[in-house]
Amino acid sequence: MIWQIEFVVLVIVLICGVAAVTVRDLLGAAVLFGAYSFMMCLLWAIMGAVDVAFTEASVGAGVSTVLFVAAVFRTSRRTKD
Amino acid sequence: MEALWEQILTKANYWMTIALMMVGLYAMITKRNLVKKIIGMNILQTAVILMFISIGAKRGATIPILKHGDAAAAHAPRAVDYINPLPHVLMLTAIVVAVSTLGVALALAVKIYQQNGTLDEADILARQVPRSHEGGP
Repeated sequence: MIWQIEFVVLVIVLICGVAAVTVRDLLGAAVLFGAYSFMMCLLWAIMGAVDVAFTEASVGAGVSTVLFVAAVFRTSRRTKD
Repeated sequence: MEALWEQILTKANYWMTIALMMVGLYAMITKRNLVKKIIGMNILQTAVILMFISIGAKRGATIPILKHGDAAAAHAPRAVDYINPLPHVLMLTAIVVAVSTLGVALALAVKIYQQNGTLDEADILARQVPRSHEGGP
């Protein structure tokens, strides 16, 4: 476990999370949430939880982003907040 | 000062858990768009998962796969050398549950959009008020 890498990834996770809830475009929010999930997956690989990292990369980041994009295309992209 | 940095750096995962939990709660409470609320819910769930994985992590240990598996009798495994795998298994389940709740929540949001033509919570509630005066079933 290299703490410098872990620290940088933690900061990127926080930035992606804050950006996903503040951006005013739902498609952008969905993509930022995918980036957040992939950074989380990296964090778990660093912490030695490789099985959790696997599941997060496939299910958490992949399927979640697909579901979000499908829902956004069936509804509207615009948001007021 | 040295001790403070030591505290912050060694417990960075837990501080980040608290920060992500607050971001998720903030999004769920103050955002009016339903998809934004669902994103907040997911961030809250991943914060909880991060806390559990951090509990299992161990400095100077390796992933929980037995070394010298063919000669296990000669090398008795020491628990200190391996990361605790129990939180990993529990959180594997939590990730799958998180995705299924996400699917149900997004399906409900799409249904609400089809009925109301908007995802904004205030607009949906404003549309609900006149309907209640028509006299329900």
